[in-house]
Amino acid sequence: MMVQNRSVVRRILTVDLPVALILLFTLAPYLWMALTSLTQENKLFTDGPSLVGATLENYTRLFRTVGFGSNLLDSFIVAGGTVVFGLALAVPAAYAFSRFRFRGRRLLMLQFLVINMFPLVLLILPLFILMRSFGLVDTYLALIIANSTVAIPFSVWMMTSYIDGIPRSLDEAAMTDGCSRFGALYRVVLPLCTPGIIATGVYIFITAWNEYLYALTLGGRNVKPITVAIQSLIGEYQVEWGLLTAGGIIGAMPATLLFLFVQKRLIAGMTQGAVKG
Amino acid sequence: MTATTIPPVPLSRRVLPLVMLSPAVLVTLAIVFLPMAQAVWMSLHDYVLFRPKSFDFVGLKNFATALKDPVFWISLRHTVLWIAITVPAQMLLGLATALLLNQEFPWRGLARALVIIPWALPSVVIALMWVWIYDANYGVLNEFLLRMDLISTSIPWLANPDTALYAIILTLTWQGFPFFAVMILAGLQAIPRSYYEAAAIDGASKWQQFRNITLPGLAGVLMTATLLRLIWVANSIDVIFVMTGGGPGYSTYTLPLYAFINARTGLDYGYGSALAVCFTLLLLGFVILYLRRAGRNIG
Repeated sequence: MMVQNRSVVRRILTVDLPVALILLFTLAPYLWMALTSLTQENKLFTDGPSLVGATLENYTRLFRTVGFGSNLLDSFIVAGGTVVFGLALAVPAAYAFSRFRFRGRRLLMLQFLVINMFPLVLLILPLFILMRSFGLVDTYLALIIANSTVAIPFSVWMMTSYIDGIPRSLDEAAMTDGCSRFGALYRVVLPLCTPGIIATGVYIFITAWNEYLYALTLGGRNVKPITVAIQSLIGEYQVEWGLLTAGGIIGAMPATLLFLFVQKRLIAGMTQGAVKG
Repeated sequence: MTATTIPPVPLSRRVLPLVMLSPAVLVTLAIVFLPMAQAVWMSLHDYVLFRPKSFDFVGLKNFATALKDPVFWISLRHTVLWIAITVPAQMLLGLATALLLNQEFPWRGLARALVIIPWALPSVVIALMWVWIYDANYGVLNEFLLRMDLISTSIPWLANPDTALYAIILTLTWQGFPFFAVMILAGLQAIPRSYYEAAAIDGASKWQQFRNITLPGLAGVLMTATLLRLIWVANSIDVIFVMTGGGPGYSTYTLPLYAFINARTGLDYGYGSALAVCFTLLLLGFVILYLRRAGRNIG
C-alpha cells in the first residue's frame, strides 16, 4: 500500500504537474482573451478583466455596430468554396496516384510536395496582378482560387495516404464482379474513404478560415473575411480591448470547434506519412 | 525494362490516370507555377504599380540594389535569428510535451486534445491575443512580472526595439510547439515496447534508454517535422505583420515581410518580387542542404 501511494505521488510530481504547467502555458492566453471579452469595456482599465459582472455586451456590440455578421458569412463562403473546389480536384488525383503506376508519377507527386514550400509572398504579388487583369479582385472567386494554392497540394497528399490505406483487393474484387473502374471508385473506394475526405475537408476549411494575407490583399472591401475584419478593428478601435477580444473569440470559434471534432482522424492522417518515412 | 518483356498496358489504363490527374495538375500550373514564373519575370523589371505604363527590363538591377540595401541585411539577420530560435524552441518544448503525454495518467486523453488548440487558432487572433498580453499599460505579462518582483517598471515589449523580435518569437513558439508534440507523440508510439523491456533487463538507465532507443527511433519524425516547421516558420509573416507591422523601426522586419511591405505599401512590385525571389532561393538552398545532410528523402 505504502509503495503504491508513493508511486502515485511520484507520478503526480513527474507527470501530472508538468503536463498541467504545459497546458497552462497553452491555454492561459486563450482563456485570458475570453475573460477580457466578457468584461465591460470601462471596467477593463480600472479593475482589469474579471468574471464578476460578466457581460455579453462586447459581443452584441460587435454584431450590431461593427457588422460582424457579414464578415462571418464572407468567411463561410470563401472557406466552404475552397473545400468544394479543393476536394473536387484532389480526390480524383489522389485516386490516380494511389491506384495506378505510370510514367511521371513520382515527378508529379514531388510537384505537389514542393508547392507546399513556396513562400506565400512569392505568389501574392503575381496573383494580385493576375486577378486584377481578370477583374476578380475583391470577389469570392479570387479568395477561393488563392486559398486553393495551399489547399490542393495539401489535400492531394492527405487523400493519397488515405486511399493507400484502403486495400487494393477491395476495388479489384468489385471490378471482377462486374463494376467498371468508376463504379468501383464510386461504390467501394469513396464510401470507405469518406472519413478521410471529411478530415481533409475540415482541414482545408480551417486553413482557409484562418487565412489572412490573401484575404487582405485580394479582398478587403466587398469581401472581407473575419480575419481581416478583426485586424481592421485593431486600427479603428485602438484601446477597445473588450470588443477586440470578443472578435477574436468569435473568429476562432468555428475553426477550433471543427478541429476538436476531427482532431483524432486528422492527426492520424498527418502523422502517418512522417512515422512511416 | 523494354516494352516487349511486359504485357502491353491497355490504352484506357494508361490514359485514365492522366485524365484524373489533369484537373489538379493544370490548376496548380495556372495558380502556382505561372504566378511564380511571373514573379521571377517581374523581379527583372522596374515595375511600380502606380506607374502602370513603365515596365522596363532592368536585368539584375533589383538584386544588386538588394545587396546594397541595409534593410535587406537587417531583415536577413532577423530571419536567421527568428528561425534559429523558434524552431529549436518549438522542437524541445514539443519533445518534452510528447514524452510527458506518452506516460500513463488518468486525464491523458483530455490533455492531448487540449494541447493542440493553438494550432487551430487564426494567426490574426493569436497576434491580437498576444498584443493584448504584451500591452505596456494593461498587459497581463507586465502585471505578472511586476507582482513577482521580476521587473520594477512596465516594459513596452512590442514597442521596444530590443525586445520586440523576441516577444514575437515567444508567440510563434507558443503557436507551433503543439505540432511537434503531436508528430513526436506519433513517433514515440511507433517504437516497440519490447526494446525498452530488453534494455531494462540489460540494466540500461532511463537516460541511456532515451539516448539509445528513443532518440534514434524518433530521428525520422524529427527530421520531417523540423523541415516542415522550418519552412512554415520562415514563411510566416501574418503574425509579425499584425503584431508590429515590422516596427518599431526595422526591428521586426524579416525578409518575406520586407518583400510584402515593399509591394503593399510601396507598390514597388519589381523590387518586392526580387526580394521574394532572393528569399525563396535562400530557403530552397537551405532545404536542399538539410535534405542532403539528413541523407534521406521524404515521401
